[in-house]
Amino acid sequence: MLLIHCPYCDDTLPELEFAYAGQAHVVRAPLPATQSDAEWEEFLFIRDNARGPHFERWRHIHGCGRFFNAVRDTVSDRFYTTYKAGAPRPDLASLIGEAP
Amino acid sequence: MTHFSALSLVKNALSGHKNWTEQWPEVEPKAEYDVIIVGAGGHGLGAAHYLAKEHGITNIAVIDKGWLGGGNTGRNTTIIRSNYLYDESARLYDHAVDLWQDLSQDLNYNVMYSNRGVLMLAHNVHDVQSFKRHVHANRLNGVDNRWLTKEECKDYCPPLSISPDARYPVLGGALQKRAGTARHDAVAWGYARSAAARGVDIIQNCAVTAIRRHPDGSVAGVETAKGFIKAKKVAVSAAGHTSVVMQTADVRLPLESYPLQALVSEPVKPVFPCVVMSNAVHAYISQSDKGELVIGSGTDQYTSYSQRGGLPLIEHTVAAICEIFPMFNRMRMLRKWGGIVDVTPDRSAIISKTPVEGLYVNCGWGTGGFKATPGAAHTFAWTIAKNAPHPINAPFTLERFRTGRLIDEAAAAAVAH
Ligand SMILES: Cc1cc2nc3c(=O)[nH]c(=O)nc-3n(C[C@H](O)[C@H](O)[C@H](O)COP(=O)(O)OP(=O)(O)OC[C@H]3O[C@@H](n4cnc5c(N)ncnc54)[C@H](O)[C@@H]3O)c2cc1C
Ligand SMILES: [Zn+2]
Repeated sequence: MLLIHCPYCDDTLPELEFAYAGQAHVVRAPLPATQSDAEWEEFLFIRDNARGPHFERWRHIHGCGRFFNAVRDTVSDRFYTTYKAGAPRPDLASLIGEAP
Repeated sequence: MTHFSALSLVKNALSGHKNWTEQWPEVEPKAEYDVIIVGAGGHGLGAAHYLAKEHGITNIAVIDKGWLGGGNTGRNTTIIRSNYLYDESARLYDHAVDLWQDLSQDLNYNVMYSNRGVLMLAHNVHDVQSFKRHVHANRLNGVDNRWLTKEECKDYCPPLSISPDARYPVLGGALQKRAGTARHDAVAWGYARSAAARGVDIIQNCAVTAIRRHPDGSVAGVETAKGFIKAKKVAVSAAGHTSVVMQTADVRLPLESYPLQALVSEPVKPVFPCVVMSNAVHAYISQSDKGELVIGSGTDQYTSYSQRGGLPLIEHTVAAICEIFPMFNRMRMLRKWGGIVDVTPDRSAIISKTPVEGLYVNCGWGTGGFKATPGAAHTFAWTIAKNAPHPINAPFTLERFRTGRLIDEAAAAAVAH
C-alpha cells in the first residue's frame, strides 16, 4: 500500500484515501476551437507513460477532496514529493539528487 | 526437432526420456535480419510463427529482455472469450477463438485449450441490461453468447451462491460456451518451437535499448544489450513496455501502463467446472488442471512498472470471491504476482503501421490480450509482411486517436478483460 502525503492536510495517509488522476501538467488550450486534430490527439490521448520519475495528479477523495500533484518513480513506486495544484513543476534533477 | 506424437512418447519412454532434443536452440544474434520482433511473448512469437509459415519470411529474430513468455503471457489468468460488443472487436476476437480451436494441431504442441465456458455474472440492473445488449449484438455477429437466469447460472456452476441476500446478488449471467482457458506457457513455448523449427532466431535475456532510424527516417535496426542489429523491418510487441521502446523511435503512443495482479490457491480436487467473471466487483476465477484456483483482480489505480501491485486490490478481490463462492472462504492462497499491462483510452488494441517506415506495433492489449494471441499474431504478421493492414486489424490503427474513430469497448464494458 502506498503512503501518500496530502499537501493540503499536511498528513501522510494510506493510498485508499486517494484517487489517482493521471499525468499532471496537461494543459488545456486557451482557445480549443483553434486546435488541430493532432493537438487534440496529444491533449486527450497521448501520455508520457514514463518509466522512472513521473509527474502525476492525485485527489484526496476521502479527506479534504482536493487535487494535488506528485512526483513518483514508476519503477520503485516511491514518492519524491507532493505539491499543491497550481504550484510550478519542481526541478527533477535537484529532487532526485537530494533524495536520501 | 522431434515431432511430438504418441509414437515418439512411447519411444522416448522406453529410453528413459533421455533422448528428447531441445525445443529451440540457444542462438547468438546475426548482424542483420529481415524482421526483428521486440518481445517474445505469445504475440511476438506467434507473429514470427505466422510470418514463417504463411508469408515465407524466416530471416527473423525475436528478442526479449527476459526469458520467453516471462511477461504477461506467463502471468495471466488465461481467460479466452470473444463476446465483445462492437463489430470490429467481435471479428478480431472471434478470429482468435477460431484459431484457438486447433492451435495444438497447428503447432504440434498441446496448448491445452479447454472450452469449458465463460460465465459473466450480472449483479445489478445495469449489468443485466448491458449483458443482454451484448448477447444480442454478439448473436447478430454470429458470436456465441447467451443469457442465463440465476438458477441456470447455479446449474452451470454449482459453487456459485445465488442467495438473494448475498452481498453481490446474482441476477443472471451471460454464458459463452465456446470460450474457456489455455495453458499460457505452452502457448509461448509452442509458438517458439514452431518458429525456431522454421529458422527463426529466438534471443533471450537481451534488452532492446533503442530503435535506430536512417537519416531518411526509416527504420535501420535496434540497439541491444548485445550490440546493434540491422533490420529491414522492426515490429514491437512489448506489452507494458511498448511506449518505452517506441519512444526511442520518437513515436509517442496513447498508452498507460498499470500493474495487474493475480493469485493462485493451494491445489484441490476438481471443484470448479468453468470460468466465472464478475466485472462489477473485478473478480475472475477458474481452476487450473493442477487444481489451483486461478484468481484475477482489477488493475491498480496508478501507472507503474513495478510488476508488483498493491495488496488492497488482492484483499478486495479475495473478499469478493468469498462472497460469491462461500465454499472457498477457508481456502489458502499460495502466491500472487503482477504484470504490467498497456491500456489504451478506448480499451481496444493497436495493431498498426506507424509514422516510421518499416516500424510496426502491436500493443494496447491491456488486461485482456491473451485470448487474442493467435488472432493478433496472425493479423500482425500479415501487416508486417505486406506493409498493409489485414481486413480484421484495419480498424485497430494508431490514427484512430486522431480521427476520433475509436472502438470504445471501455464505454461498452467498463472493463477490458
Ligand atoms: C495478472 C494478469 C492477468 C491477465 N488475465 C488475462 C486473461 O484472463 N485473459 C486475457 O485475455 N488476458 C489477460 N491478461 C492480459 C494478457 O496477459 C496480455 O494482454 C497478453 O499476454 C499480452 O501478450 P504479449 O505477448 O503482447 O505480451 P508479453 O507476454 O508481456 O510479452 C512482451 C515481452 O516483451 C518483452 N520486452 C519488454 N521490453 C523489452 C525490451 N526493451 N527489449 C526486449 N524485450 C522487451 C517482455 O520481457 C515480454 O516478454 C492478463 C494480464 C495480467 C498481467
Ligand atoms: Zn487532503
